[in-house]
Amino acid sequence: MARNILVVAEVRNGQLRPVSFECIAAGRAIAEGGSVTAVLLSQADVDGSELIARGADRVVLVKGEHLKEYTPDGWLSALQQVYLAEKADVVLMGHTGIGRDLLPRFAMRNAAGMISDAIAVKLEGGQVVFTRPIYAGKAYVTQIVTEGLIVATIRPNNVAALEADAGRSGDVVQSEAAPVDLRTVVKEVVRQAATGVDLTAAKIVVAGGRGVKSAEGFKPLYELAEVLGAAVGASRAAADAGFCDYALQIGQTGKTVTPDLYIACGISGAIQHLAGMSASKVIVAINKDPEAPIFKVADYGIVGDLFEVVPLLTREFKALLG
Amino acid sequence: MEILVLLKQTFDTEAKVTVKDGRVVDDDVTLVINPYDEYAVEEALKIREAHGGTVTVISVGGDRVDEALRRALAMGADEAVAITPPENADEFVVANLLAAWAKGKSFDLLLAGNVSVDTGAGQTALRVAELLGMPHVAAALKLEVAGGTATVHRDAEGDTEVVTVSLPALITAQQGLNEPRYPSVPGIMKAKRKQIARLTAADLGVDVAPKTAITSVYQATQNRRNRMLGGTAEEQARELVNLLRSEAKVV
Repeated sequence: MARNILVVAEVRNGQLRPVSFECIAAGRAIAEGGSVTAVLLSQADVDGSELIARGADRVVLVKGEHLKEYTPDGWLSALQQVYLAEKADVVLMGHTGIGRDLLPRFAMRNAAGMISDAIAVKLEGGQVVFTRPIYAGKAYVTQIVTEGLIVATIRPNNVAALEADAGRSGDVVQSEAAPVDLRTVVKEVVRQAATGVDLTAAKIVVAGGRGVKSAEGFKPLYELAEVLGAAVGASRAAADAGFCDYALQIGQTGKTVTPDLYIACGISGAIQHLAGMSASKVIVAINKDPEAPIFKVADYGIVGDLFEVVPLLTREFKALLG
Repeated sequence: MEILVLLKQTFDTEAKVTVKDGRVVDDDVTLVINPYDEYAVEEALKIREAHGGTVTVISVGGDRVDEALRRALAMGADEAVAITPPENADEFVVANLLAAWAKGKSFDLLLAGNVSVDTGAGQTALRVAELLGMPHVAAALKLEVAGGTATVHRDAEGDTEVVTVSLPALITAQQGLNEPRYPSVPGIMKAKRKQIARLTAADLGVDVAPKTAITSVYQATQNRRNRMLGGTAEEQARELVNLLRSEAKVV
């Protein structure tokens, strides 16, 4: 069955987000001869050619004064307008701050089933089957939408994007969003992400636990993260102790991450924390206690003082990557 | 302020998850109020303390859900409602049940957790807002209510957005919003005497089928190298960087 796929693409800091390319790749894998249309609901200064190069057949650039900032009312109304015009069978978006906020409402507006935070998508006997974690990764389920429109968010960093092919061609069309009353108004945005790398989409995460001892103790972790282009995260113990903001917390309460590389510094490995990071591709653990449970899930372990080891790692990586 | 809190009962976050015969086993597991929903209960109580009104808690779940509702009552909630779900209820069905109960009642504020720690889907509360035609603000880190408007500091991928929304609205709680209180002994005694209203989908006139189906459940398995490095700290650091480049190929 040919399916028409609508991918809601996103721009952050002036750049298309990699997860948008990953969604296009996922869409291609399940389109079965249908088309993949990427839609951008923002004023972002992006011409759409990169989305075509990454596998979209068409791009719809939606303009509207009220779309500059994300608001549920503004974006939902614009998405609904595009969805109805495109007659999509599947709507995909990254499981990002906006994806998590927008798609459940969109699904309900269309009385549709939705799969949140999928880590894999494939065709099985003509059906679209999603894999997603439950209990923050302590177990997994495969899940389908049984009828009608399929809506899903896809976790960053899990589906491989297609290589950019500048030779691909496709239409880029402009569209104007109908005005809508905004019931929520964004007054201010306070930037807090210290390294500028979003934790849930990061390829590398450097995380600290109780072993960092203080807010000041995160400093060497930030220095390592900067060299690696990594995001900094934390265990619940570190957040509860007030060493860092809860926004950094990784675990069953907190964020679930699946980076290529996870470097756990001074983290003992409580089950709550392991749930949020154990699906990382490669795990490094640095801990003074050789009996720490984190070593059981680690690929590489260093028994040692993080305040000694982490700066050495920063130096070695600098030499390698600098 | 009339406040409704949407609450889910979940596994304790320290619980081991075991899959048997294609199902997650829940017999010996401690069940708690979903931690994010507990922030919602606490926030509702704080707002009631400041502005007056009532706090109602509602949950969709089987018989054991009464324990979670009773805990919310012991924390200080005024009323509790339990809805027995039909088989295989998904977020679409649960949202329809919750919205059907809330429809026509005049709540100023709906509060819920940002996400549940079991399914982690984060859909239900936002679906309810949509069904009730209400605006929402998700992932609140700070909430102030005054003169028919809520001002919310929300978590937007680590950045903080300050948003205003007209009431009635639905707001979901993120970690950091508050520190939930423990039920007091008088609170626990009082909660024991309170009735929990129990309804079914039929009572609510809700006749919807789920839109999704789970086709398999399996335990996570990861093969790890479990390789401990040796030597001085300097040697270990150098070896690790080499291994990450040449063996694991992640940098």
